Amino acid sequence: MSQILTRRSCLATLAAGMSLATLRPARAATPDLSFGELYGSFSALGLEFSDKVKKLTGSRVTIQGFMAPPLKAESAFFVLTEIPMALCPFCSTDADWPDNILVVYLDGKQTFTDPNQRIEAAGMLERGSWTDPDTGFVSQLRLRDARFSTI
Amino acid sequence: MRILIAALAASTAFTSAAIAAEIYPIDRATILAKSPFDFKVELDAVYGEGDIQVTVNGKPYAEVFGKPAEYVAEEKGKEDKVLGSALILRDLALATPGDYTVEVKAGNETKSATWQVYGTSEVAKAKNVIFLIGDGLSVAHRTSARIMSKGMTGGKANGRLAMDDLDHMAFIGTSSTHSIATDSANTASAYMTGHKSRVNALGVYADRTPATLDDPKVETIAEALRRTTKKSIGVVTTAEVEDATPAAVVSHTRKRSDKAEIVGMLYNVQPDVLLGGGSAYFLKSDVPGSKRKDDKDYIKMFGDAGYTIATTGTELAASAGTNTGKILGLFHTGNMDTWLDRNELKKGTVEKFPDQPGLVDMTQAALGQLSKNPEGFFLMVEAASVDKMSHPMDWDRAVLETVELDHAVAVARDFAAKNPDTLVVVTGDHTHGVSLIGTIDTQKEGTDMREKVGVYDDAGFPDYVDANGDGYPESVDVKRPLALFSSNFPDYYETWGPKLDGPFVPAIQDGEGKYVANEAYKDVPGAVLRVGNLPRENDTAVHAVDDIVLQATGPGAEAFKGYMEQSDVYKVLADVFALDAPQK
Repeated sequence: MSQILTRRSCLATLAAGMSLATLRPARAATPDLSFGELYGSFSALGLEFSDKVKKLTGSRVTIQGFMAPPLKAESAFFVLTEIPMALCPFCSTDADWPDNILVVYLDGKQTFTDPNQRIEAAGMLERGSWTDPDTGFVSQLRLRDARFSTI
Repeated sequence: MRILIAALAASTAFTSAAIAAEIYPIDRATILAKSPFDFKVELDAVYGEGDIQVTVNGKPYAEVFGKPAEYVAEEKGKEDKVLGSALILRDLALATPGDYTVEVKAGNETKSATWQVYGTSEVAKAKNVIFLIGDGLSVAHRTSARIMSKGMTGGKANGRLAMDDLDHMAFIGTSSTHSIATDSANTASAYMTGHKSRVNALGVYADRTPATLDDPKVETIAEALRRTTKKSIGVVTTAEVEDATPAAVVSHTRKRSDKAEIVGMLYNVQPDVLLGGGSAYFLKSDVPGSKRKDDKDYIKMFGDAGYTIATTGTELAASAGTNTGKILGLFHTGNMDTWLDRNELKKGTVEKFPDQPGLVDMTQAALGQLSKNPEGFFLMVEAASVDKMSHPMDWDRAVLETVELDHAVAVARDFAAKNPDTLVVVTGDHTHGVSLIGTIDTQKEGTDMREKVGVYDDAGFPDYVDANGDGYPESVDVKRPLALFSSNFPDYYETWGPKLDGPFVPAIQDGEGKYVANEAYKDVPGAVLRVGNLPRENDTAVHAVDDIVLQATGPGAEAFKGYMEQSDVYKVLADVFALDAPQK
């Protein structure tokens, strides 16, 4: 249950998962993105994604962060945050998400990890408003077909 | 005597045999005459409509209420579980003050509730009310703010806070309808509606159905003012404007997290001045930073409704010259940063939102605008982060938020001095389990921080310096800071001093959903693990049940005295504004 994937086993899984249709560039070539680089400008009228995010949209990227406690154990997605979440917006009615979150849709079943554990997620960067059909959770920026590994 | 005991025994037996029906408003509710509210009867079993008898003061209820209720044969709970039958009558209003005893009988279910419908003075005592709430404001916040801001010599404060000289006061009981404990939703709602409610609820009694927007409503002060007066309404907060306390001025929901809907309720009532954070719930869902799930653009809608929109402190200052009469100021997508972060440390999200106005700026802007209305105004001002920084036990930030609140109180008092027909009320909505117990002598030899806590005679006096006399110390990173502690806490690392790297985050959730100490502070010099005394589902320190000290000055303030239920504060406001007398 609480088995945590090592970086190596994750990479192995990733390698094994590469089928014809999803042949992806080698990890070394994947550009890295950090939470500090997500937005180019901030305003109460809305945030603007950074040029880097705009450029990388559609590409596979890696980003490090922390996994917010998932809505339910078998969720198809989790929320990646810059620092460990001190509040649980899924569980508490007076808690809310920070501005800079990244929604991560996994490409297969993966055991969720401890929210205290720094992880690296890799997936295709997708931009634009999307409402999760199961939960109604709206996101502006996502990783699709993603995997994660602990660091 | 014997007869009495026999009667008591019989009635006790009868009560225990009966299944519990519920009546909303609940027993001992106090209701402003002519104010609309929803009446609901919940029965535990299913009955035919004709089998439910409801009387009011002995008469059929429809005769007294003027119309019949909607009959719901089967109310449904989660997974379609049948909860029983119900009667719901929306927007009922009772014009005549007095006691109304509602009695319900159906099968072997019985329930009785007596409401007190109250009138008000014929003539208003004040034209304006400024109602300042320090969210979570406890006695320790005030004492610490006074010492940190003014200093102390020879056991006497070197100066007084603006809130120290309000001449009437009361102890306020904050408990909720289902618990002695409480939160910012139902407590602010008690002030703003005159009805107590359940934790997380705003402007409603919490009924049994899962839906959060159908619970029996009571009138909010903003609705009452719109119904009876031409006064302006202002809402100012350092939180999201759709957060519980500001929401309480206008909202009806069982769940304070219905923030997208609360923005709609703010739009419906249209406070003339609405200033704070929380723009994320005003933005269409396709705008980065939005937290809405629909394509409603409330910034545009408020703009179309004639509001001047401000998104920075600079724009707020410029809005003073507006002739639209209405200002929507949203200065952050979420909660605004604290005074310490905005003005000294530049931590939190100040880098992203560098031009946020403070509570004093916002209060001044609101008063400037609202006072243009010759009919007067109601202004609610909330220092939200007294609470938001007390939860994570970030005491320096919480105390400085209290100092900032006090400066807003000074602005309100200045206004009242020039406009003596103004009632000023300063209070909290609930308390925290915080106490000031001494100081910490950081210069004392050794690495064991616990031994540096100065108590009793060893506490001495702290060494904050306010060289420029603005009421705020130049730094909180002093040699002998105040020692404040919470009576309750999750597991966390006590770091014994000001949190200079950003607001404190004491605990985070582990893989099993339990809150554990945040390892980020493990290696702070002197940090000590404190094993929590709260259930592990609690992320931070919790609200206290302790009374609040409410203070007030101006016409009508003499009504605040002794112990008062939080809901009774509304009666004073209603009386001061003579809301029962036709004015419009």
